[in-house]
Amino acid sequence: MEFKVSLGPQHPALHEALSLRMTLEGEIIRDADLKLGYSHRGIEKLAEERTFTQNIYLTERICGICSHSHTTCFVQGVEQLMELIPARRGLYIRTLIAELERVHSHLLWLGVAGQEAGFESFFMYTWRDREVVMDILDWITGNRVHYAMNTFGGVRRDIDELQKKKILDSLDLLTKRTEYYLSIGANEPTFVNRLAGVGKLSREDAIALCAVGPTLRASGVPMDVRKDDPYAVYNEIPFEVCTADSCDVLGRTVVRVKELIQSYKMIEFLLKNLPDGPFKVKAPRKVKPNEVYSRYEAPRGENVHYIKSNGSDKPERLKVRAPTLANYPATIKMLKNGFIADIPLIFAAIDPCICCAERLVQLDNPGSGESKVLSFSQLRTMANDHYKKVNLMKKEAVWPF
Amino acid sequence: MAILKPILYILVYPGLIFLMVYSTFCEWFDRKLYARMQNRIGPLHTGRSGILQPVADIIKLFAKEDIVPEKADKHMFSALPVFALAIICTTALYLPLWHYSEAPTFISFPGDLIVVAYLLTLPTLIYFLAGWHSNNYFSAIGGVRVLTMLFGYEIPLLLALLSPAVLADSWRILEIARFFQDKPLLMLVNLIGFFIAVIALQAKLERVPFDIPHAETEIVGGQLTEYSGKKLAFFRLLGDIEMVVGAGLIAAVFMGGFPGGLLPGLAWFVLKTLFIIFLLAAMRAATSRIRIDQMINFSWRWLAPLAVLQLFIVIIIKGMVS
Repeated sequence: MEFKVSLGPQHPALHEALSLRMTLEGEIIRDADLKLGYSHRGIEKLAEERTFTQNIYLTERICGICSHSHTTCFVQGVEQLMELIPARRGLYIRTLIAELERVHSHLLWLGVAGQEAGFESFFMYTWRDREVVMDILDWITGNRVHYAMNTFGGVRRDIDELQKKKILDSLDLLTKRTEYYLSIGANEPTFVNRLAGVGKLSREDAIALCAVGPTLRASGVPMDVRKDDPYAVYNEIPFEVCTADSCDVLGRTVVRVKELIQSYKMIEFLLKNLPDGPFKVKAPRKVKPNEVYSRYEAPRGENVHYIKSNGSDKPERLKVRAPTLANYPATIKMLKNGFIADIPLIFAAIDPCICCAERLVQLDNPGSGESKVLSFSQLRTMANDHYKKVNLMKKEAVWPF
Repeated sequence: MAILKPILYILVYPGLIFLMVYSTFCEWFDRKLYARMQNRIGPLHTGRSGILQPVADIIKLFAKEDIVPEKADKHMFSALPVFALAIICTTALYLPLWHYSEAPTFISFPGDLIVVAYLLTLPTLIYFLAGWHSNNYFSAIGGVRVLTMLFGYEIPLLLALLSPAVLADSWRILEIARFFQDKPLLMLVNLIGFFIAVIALQAKLERVPFDIPHAETEIVGGQLTEYSGKKLAFFRLLGDIEMVVGAGLIAAVFMGGFPGGLLPGLAWFVLKTLFIIFLLAAMRAATSRIRIDQMINFSWRWLAPLAVLQLFIVIIIKGMVS
């Protein structure tokens, strides 16, 4: 018997609002569809009304986990528009924060994966260790989540010797713990059985469906903006692009844990080779008319900002493509023919940040091609009229059983 | 006086009052252990080291609004929690906690092992019915998973309980316990069976790695999604008491029971059940939830053959001993 179930917009597996419509046959998913648009965000429009400097702190609020990713992506784009060369020390610190953020994001994801797989102990352990990174970030930037570290031409705060030493000390602890998680991920039988072979995405599908980040790399495609199109100081740091060939959730876990270990090495390198000199240079207020496409490898995958300037101190247009949006088509592919029990795992494996990917969408009438604008009071009347027609008791509703 | 003892037995010890108190203590013990194994503190504020937290939870649930879904079967939906609790409390009476008499009584007779195993199966059936009569997708899927899992663990559990019975040559729990009290070394023969029974008990209690029927990230609350208030409190109490009864049964059958009359018997009971609950908590902390097909595979590929192997070992040892 086939029946349709919708997961969300409110569901314990989803931390944000999103609706998954599935056709089930017993425990197996035959068809899946996603419905977006439950969160209302107006960040792109808001950005057009603020100055470039104000926009740094606005783009930071696109995401609560990869906040530094969005500002760096934005700042790099605007610096290109300004033809400004940032301070070298500033770039090093910017990269350092970026890698620390990757560490905290991946540790968070590991915990979420544990929780979705019903492995609560793993969740508790990884989140305990995440606190170490959060404390470092708090100590060098003053904030745990929105670091407010970037500015045009460099960063806003410097790092001193004491902070360097503390970060290096904490890294030893984190490296040891991460190696332990790698051994759990590879050896704990219930966990491995739960993740292996789940959410298969072949190499060809991953490329065809434009997957990004660890989802893509777990399908054996060594694609990483940091290597392919280096920004900041990534062309000076030695690191490897981590991939896995298993094309499943286990592969995505392994890629993330390996990336953690790479990040620790990069942080150590950055701290030991931190150049002297100023950490920021002065930036102009106004920007010449031009447009730029800025790429950045966020913890979740490639993050893209398109910025257009018109000669004033405000952008003409800002377009943000968060990595989660790029991974949705691949997710639908992965969900098909899987078990119900695997939905949360497959979905969590792309590390979804649903609100980051939500944009205001304007739908035109498909027939006439017209679009119309409704005022708030008109919307209110529409909603009230709609609910007068709906019988909330649903006495006559047909129950499928 | 003859009538007084059964009444005491049913109402006070080891009946209702003792079960309620001890099961909430066991839940606290389990939660605290689980929390410490996960680097957390666990219940802390209610009572000394949070010992009253399970009681507080149940009182809170009793105070909450009790909702019966419009589309649910109202009578079944309300009756099931009460039935389940009654059944599991009845099962507790068969544990050889306070038996002095050799002669069969209404709570201890040849064959009571089978009765306990049967009664322990009924709550599972009630979970299924609760899921089915809730008339909710998530409940229905949870209910079906409960029943599917039953086919996985029930046979290995029965086979595992069978081997000590064969060794002791009795179907009466009291006699099995007495047999092992006399010959404690023979307990080691049943080591495989003991671990199979503990794993099967974990599955019966629907705890990690077998919490498939109410996997909250997949199907919300599973069979209990629609339950709230008093009825949910009954089900929670059922889970706690089931844990105590299951642990008590394994302790009585595999670990030599609870000798020594009233107070030493109680001490043995607490010690042995807490040991089994410790094993259950450790298993819960060290594993991740598995899928329903993996669970069935695991029980039929490993648990059931191992239980049969245990039975063979017991038969051979029995031939050697006698």
